[in-house]
Amino acid sequence: MSETAIRPRLVGPTAMERLGKAAPLLLAPVLALAGLAAIGNPSVWLTLTVAGLAMGLMIFIMASGLTVIFGLMDVINFGHGAFVSVGAFVGFTVLAWLSGWTQNPAVVLNLAAVFLAILASMAVTGALGLAFERVIVKPVYGHHLKQILVTMGGLIVAQQLIHVIWGPDAIHVARPPSLQGSFIVGEAAIEKYRMLAVAIGLVLFLAMRHVLRATKLGLLVRAGVENGEMVEALGYRINRLFLLVFMAGSALAGLGGIMWGLYQETITAHMGSEIMVLVFVVVIIGGLGSIEGCFIGALLVGLLANYMAFLAPKVALVSTIALMVAILMWRPQGLYPVVKAK
Amino acid sequence: MADALLTLEGVHTHIGPYHILHEVSFAVPRGGVTMLLGRNGAGKSTTLRTIMGLWKASRGTITFDGRPIQALATPDIARAGIAYVPENMGIFADLTVAENMRLAATGGPFDARRLAWIKELFPPIGTFWDKAAGTLSGGQKQMLSVARAIIEPRRLILIDEPSKGLAPAIIGAMTAALKQLKDTDTTILLVEQNFAMASALGDTVAVMDDGRIVHAGAMAELAADASLQEKLMGLSLEVHQ
Repeated sequence: MSETAIRPRLVGPTAMERLGKAAPLLLAPVLALAGLAAIGNPSVWLTLTVAGLAMGLMIFIMASGLTVIFGLMDVINFGHGAFVSVGAFVGFTVLAWLSGWTQNPAVVLNLAAVFLAILASMAVTGALGLAFERVIVKPVYGHHLKQILVTMGGLIVAQQLIHVIWGPDAIHVARPPSLQGSFIVGEAAIEKYRMLAVAIGLVLFLAMRHVLRATKLGLLVRAGVENGEMVEALGYRINRLFLLVFMAGSALAGLGGIMWGLYQETITAHMGSEIMVLVFVVVIIGGLGSIEGCFIGALLVGLLANYMAFLAPKVALVSTIALMVAILMWRPQGLYPVVKAK
Repeated sequence: MADALLTLEGVHTHIGPYHILHEVSFAVPRGGVTMLLGRNGAGKSTTLRTIMGLWKASRGTITFDGRPIQALATPDIARAGIAYVPENMGIFADLTVAENMRLAATGGPFDARRLAWIKELFPPIGTFWDKAAGTLSGGQKQMLSVARAIIEPRRLILIDEPSKGLAPAIIGAMTAALKQLKDTDTTILLVEQNFAMASALGDTVAVMDDGRIVHAGAMAELAADASLQEKLMGLSLEVHQ
């Protein structure tokens, strides 16, 4: 085929199209600046902003797995909250076993205990995810209504199992001493644990982006989100990819669970299903299947919830829903919807 | 049919309650281009999808290089050496051209000489290597789809209507590229509505109507017989040209 037969031509995006694509990236900074203008006091604003980022990033950890599971596997997993709760309880158990480390004032021992608790939570919820996918989800691929029903059923069973193993009462989870208290920056108090949550959330986001953008596994996931059938036609067993992603998503929910448990300092069997409202809001705002959208959506929800709790506590409860409505009126498929070609 | 690479014998396909393919039997000779022709809705795309295992044959046998494949999963069929270019091209719009090609290279890194040959065959592949595939034009996407299918040597390539929706100049260029591919002794099963393209490329032909094979033979024979074309497909090459 000669070069003259088909003259390669690419019509670049217009300035408006570029702005439209970049606009969601500006939302979190714009919201932060609007928060500063509304709050007035920079110290209070800084405290609330760090709290908002920490909350947002913990929600992102939980939501990222759910959005990839939906995007790739077309599965609506209402049981995702079960992994959050189980992760929190497993983490609590490990922290209780390591009480010698968690009650010691040494930072290294405290962090080691928390990281071991995180690893255990992720290992257990990842393994549970494997069983959940094979037993509960696999038989209902392609049937959304059945997926909602059986995953809800799985959630209820998991909650009852938590009652059986750990009892029905809420459990207090104390943070290790070095993660209690705050750093004082000027007049602003920034909780140490929130800084840890921000660091873990950011590292996780960057790691996920790297895996999705720069590895063949990531390529397969992105391609599978778009057109799973074609991935199979190229010779890849998408069922194995489904299982791997489901396990990873469940493990992330477990990580989110122990992080959220330490943040709230109380865990219950229902904490997962309660936080799922915010998780679904974030997934919908971000656009189903999009990690970047999920990240931005989580930051927006976290920041807005904290600003509104300070500025207008009575409105705070509905602010995240109002945010979702506003985003969907602007972009009906969310900030960065993933193209489906099934 | 000793020289057949692919053989379908008595294949039936059901999609939900619908019986789409009825007793489909034909052979794809090794090393040539077999055209699968027919009106819209005749069952041509369903036949390709059934060969790929994307829809399972409810009855009948599909033999590829002497081995029955109708019970295999799609990835196993692909790894047996069959590449597939679907009607909607199956491009991953969110991925770059390079990433699309990288996914298709299941055996590992690209063979540099083969990649250079493909870039010569389809210049936009090289030009837009790092661009998102979704930003390409329809013709360029079709080239990427075919390029992806041949990035590694395959024993059989199934191509579903590569001329669909393309401008005449692009169709001419695509025909030239497929001719070059044919010259490499690659076996191709090509679904096409464009009769001029079909007669330019095809060695053998199978014509479908209403989910059945209604004619099989040499392409040159069909191309030369306007009344047979009219009878089988309701059009003739003379009218089409």
